[in-house]
Amino acid sequence: MLKLIVSTFFILLSFLLQGTLFRALSLSGIVPNLMIIVTASYGFMRGRRSGLLTGFISGLLIDIFFGDLLGYYALIYMYIGYINGVFRKSFFPEDIKLPLFLIMGSDFVFNIICYILSFLLRGRLNFVHYFFHIIIPELVYTIVITCILYPILLRIEGKLEWKEKEGA
Amino acid sequence: MSPVLKRPKEKFTLPAKYLLFILTLLCIGIMFLSFKTPVINSPINTVAGTVLVPFQNGISNIGSWLSEKSSQLAELADVLDENQKLKEEIDRLTIENTKFQQERYELSQLRELLELDEEYSEYQKQGARIIMRDTGNWFSTFVINKGSNDGIKINCNVIAGSGLVGRVTDVGPNYAKVTSIIEDNNNTSGLLLSTGDHLVVTGDLSTISDGMISFSKLVDSSGKAAAGDKIVTSNISEYYLPGLLIGYINEINTDSNNLTKSGTLTTAVDFEHLNNVLVIMELKQVVNK
Repeated sequence: MLKLIVSTFFILLSFLLQGTLFRALSLSGIVPNLMIIVTASYGFMRGRRSGLLTGFISGLLIDIFFGDLLGYYALIYMYIGYINGVFRKSFFPEDIKLPLFLIMGSDFVFNIICYILSFLLRGRLNFVHYFFHIIIPELVYTIVITCILYPILLRIEGKLEWKEKEGA
Repeated sequence: MSPVLKRPKEKFTLPAKYLLFILTLLCIGIMFLSFKTPVINSPINTVAGTVLVPFQNGISNIGSWLSEKSSQLAELADVLDENQKLKEEIDRLTIENTKFQQERYELSQLRELLELDEEYSEYQKQGARIIMRDTGNWFSTFVINKGSNDGIKINCNVIAGSGLVGRVTDVGPNYAKVTSIIEDNNNTSGLLLSTGDHLVVTGDLSTISDGMISFSKLVDSSGKAAAGDKIVTSNISEYYLPGLLIGYINEINTDSNNLTKSGTLTTAVDFEHLNNVLVIMELKQVVNK
């Protein structure tokens, strides 16, 4: 229960910060993708189930406020969360390489999907421009924010797990 | 006490695979539903609006305060330099201004004669503040702090200063979603003021960082269209009231078919530093089929 409240809190927090505070602090119009960090993190920390639910809620929030179609981003985020959940078996809290790699991969895949579905299909073929002006800057900024946000998520998750074990 | 140790009951949980499958179907289902009818949007909008909009309001205040402070620091050096130049400019402009004032007086008299009221002042407008912007980097939709409670309806035109920003595409009780004209998948029907020819203005993500979007399908039979010409919303536009300023032509090229022209235009609104907008309460008159 406590886990659910904590993850809901982080989803809402990242959604609100991404559209408000980080828009104001954007570097040449690019904001980091906090929701991918949260979705991927809960995926590999808690497993497939949590990953896909976190992704679903995150995506749905974006759909409600910014999407054209309800359920479009929810679907993409949900699959990203699920796939991250598969890596739970090889996840160890001490290891920072796997989380960084997974978050990087998730953000990259998400943007590639966005490009293909909403740009390539409309005939915007200049992939190289979008790659260097949108995808790579967002990736770099997201990695920088991951270095701050991920340790916080990990530490809170550790505390929750410890509490759960003590309670049982 | 029973001798058998009571094992804690295993809670029933749906395996992740099935949950994924069910939610996938749900997503596809609501995608179809929201594509066909807006019936599902309004309850969801109400819930989301009541829960999240107060937070958005608060945090966006902090955000704009922070960005203001940081830009203030960065600009201080430039400002001192600029100040010197501006002082010289003031002298020049004062002279010019007196000339314009004379002309303005003449203009207002002529307008009275023609019974031409100023176009924009006719519309009833309402100010609104941007409280949240798109979370992704591909589109530039934003959310304003006025909604259906304030009388805002879907397809209300949104302007800032004198230029067109976009239109309301979704509305909740206390917020409204605005789709801007610079969005990559957005087309606006425009009119070239100098020649009266119609054209199509299309948002373009690849050039918007320079403040430009593109236009196409301009049939310029007289060949008079040139850089710097004003583009306004056309009277045949489906959503936009006629005569709202979109921008100025930046570059104009003849298409390979030799019939139409296309190019880029600079928007009248600075979308990067947009904080407050005006919503026109009047809707464009549409013919009901």
